[in-house]
Amino acid sequence: MATQTSGGGDFINNLGKIYGFYAGGFLAFVVLLGILEQFGVPNRVLGYLFVFFTLAVYAIIGVLSRTAQVSEYYVAGRRVPAFYNGMATGADWMSAASFVGMAGTLFLLGYDGMAWVLGWTGGYVLVSVLVGPYLRKFGAYTVPDFMAYRFGGNFARFIAVLVLFSASFTYVTAQIYGTGIIASRFLGMSFELAVFVGLAGILLCSMLGGMRAVTWTQIAQYIVLIVAYLTPIIILSTKHYGIPIPQLTYGQAIAEITAREGQMVQAGLATAAALKPHIQPWFTYSPLNFFGIIFCMMVGTASLPHILMRYFTTPSVREARQSVAWSLFFIFLLYFSAPAYAAFSKLEVYSNIIGRDVTQLRPWLFTWGELGLIKICGQNAVNLDAAVAACKAIAGHPGVVRLQDFVINTDVIVLSTPEVAGLPYVISGLVAAGGLAAALSTADGLLLAIANALSHDVYYKMLDPNAPTVRRLLIARILLLVVAIGAATLASTKPGDILAMVGWAFSLAMAGNFPALVMGIWWKRATTTGAVAGMIAGFGLCIFYLVTTRYYPQAGVSYFGMKALTNPVTGAPLVDIAKTMADPKWLADVPASAANPLQSKIGWFGMNNILCGLLGMPLGFLVIYVVSLMGKAPSAEMQAFVDEIRKPRGRTVLQEKD
Amino acid sequence: MATSSNDEAHWKKTTNLMWIHLGIWVFFGYIVHMFAPALNKIIILGFPLGFYMAAQGSLIAFVVALFVFAKQQDAIDREFGVAEDD
Repeated sequence: MATQTSGGGDFINNLGKIYGFYAGGFLAFVVLLGILEQFGVPNRVLGYLFVFFTLAVYAIIGVLSRTAQVSEYYVAGRRVPAFYNGMATGADWMSAASFVGMAGTLFLLGYDGMAWVLGWTGGYVLVSVLVGPYLRKFGAYTVPDFMAYRFGGNFARFIAVLVLFSASFTYVTAQIYGTGIIASRFLGMSFELAVFVGLAGILLCSMLGGMRAVTWTQIAQYIVLIVAYLTPIIILSTKHYGIPIPQLTYGQAIAEITAREGQMVQAGLATAAALKPHIQPWFTYSPLNFFGIIFCMMVGTASLPHILMRYFTTPSVREARQSVAWSLFFIFLLYFSAPAYAAFSKLEVYSNIIGRDVTQLRPWLFTWGELGLIKICGQNAVNLDAAVAACKAIAGHPGVVRLQDFVINTDVIVLSTPEVAGLPYVISGLVAAGGLAAALSTADGLLLAIANALSHDVYYKMLDPNAPTVRRLLIARILLLVVAIGAATLASTKPGDILAMVGWAFSLAMAGNFPALVMGIWWKRATTTGAVAGMIAGFGLCIFYLVTTRYYPQAGVSYFGMKALTNPVTGAPLVDIAKTMADPKWLADVPASAANPLQSKIGWFGMNNILCGLLGMPLGFLVIYVVSLMGKAPSAEMQAFVDEIRKPRGRTVLQEKD
Repeated sequence: MATSSNDEAHWKKTTNLMWIHLGIWVFFGYIVHMFAPALNKIIILGFPLGFYMAAQGSLIAFVVALFVFAKQQDAIDREFGVAEDD
């Protein structure tokens, strides 16, 4: 290590002290704001203090970690201990969707929502067993680096960059979108402005220090997000059941929910057809789609470059493996708490809203109704009078809230829990800071993955292999800025499909990367032609299925034999294809708009288009296998190289000049 | 640099371990959840077992499996002398 990082050893040795001090400081800050609230400081001011204080801390870490060294910029000097890399990966992994959206999904779908909980955790087994440690031994800076070395150069590199870009760009746009939503809701600024404020926060963390800065800020962000996520439900659990372990006590809430579901149907507050029992499987997803989502999210985890590259930063292969285990442990802390949020909220809604006289509704509803996030009797519940009027307008309404009268946006579940529990505003501010940390940290990791692929793989490896260090890092930073602004600009237009695309990113990465990565490590006989053909075939089929079902469903029905998806309980088709295809309005709607009844409602074998990786990945494996066997075996050097990455001992295979 | 018999034995053991952990992954990721309706009839602390496995049980199994795997693979690497220096 050169002089620039002298003192780095001290820093690594004192990580425990530094982050312990930081966590203590953060808690003291929360307590201080709580005291300020008691003295009558307005909520708006508390919200600003939370957001700007945490952003400032991330930015300071980002600036302190600036670097002029290539290996520091791309892989944090490969000095991040397993435990801390696990924390950073946790923050990298858990996005705004996990923090804010997951509990809401579980609230709405009950058991079926668990497909996401399982899918977004179990994939780490594949990361550790099949892929991660071997890439660490190889010594790459990026995933395309490995593809290029193993599969004969820049063509494979180019396809890998393409896969990386298509999987990561939509994903990062969704994160910046999430940042904008949270910042605008808690700071009251306009959404478009909030997007660019969030962007500034993201850039301050990553631009000067690359991977090194992102690593140390992600650890800080993890601490904020996990404290913010767990605090409200721990308090809630203690209040209701006297035990501060919500993950244990929500079993009682589930029993009460199940009992209440029966009562509601008997009392005519819900119809048996509309009620989805909380604990019963396969009311929303058919078993094929349920297990398909689990599989695609898991395999996608092991194929997403922004996750794989986190394991390039550990000091050894051994620590890379330990680090995957720590990563999942830190992710688990949040994911096994999400069902508790969902259960407590559902119990509150079922016992204190459904069945209650409309005139007796509790006031917390209306703050969210004003934002258009809670509807009663089909209208935004802006205040009590509006709700009463809306229900009166429905013929034969009994005057008490029925299940079908109540609609809640899934984001509200986590964000409203502090208020529902009657906690002071400071806890709400804490939750907002946590959501912001989740969105920022994921956006940082993704942006870095994209910009690194463009600067390292496309610019340095393909266009200008003789570029001096200074120019390489300059280009890397410029590209980071360009990609970030591009994503923020796209996010500020609120594109409708962007949230669905996060799910697609997993399938795309899985279809394009997974077969080539696994075969490249586990099968010496895999050849360049085979791998390139397999990547193109798998990725191509996945894209084809996505694009056809979403944007050209008419062609899917007419030319590719796609049929309507069905309701898993009744077996009835979700869309009447014959009728829709006969309507000239929908037939001419090409590419299909979001309103088109056919879009994403058709497919092969009743498969939702999020599962396109389930088609693409097996094809990828098959093509690599068949085409490889048709050609000559890889050279002895290549086979020796594969042997080399299978053994942890020794230098990394790829030696980058610094 | 041909593959030595030591390397081959190391890789054979590594491959076996890989299959064992993929088996655990398939069991806790998929098989146990296929029986969710039946497992839901067993209720512990209010949790129907089928629901519990998806919400917490499998997740705990994955975390434990990963720590165990890291240990086991390291033991294999040490046995064949291909582990990194401590």
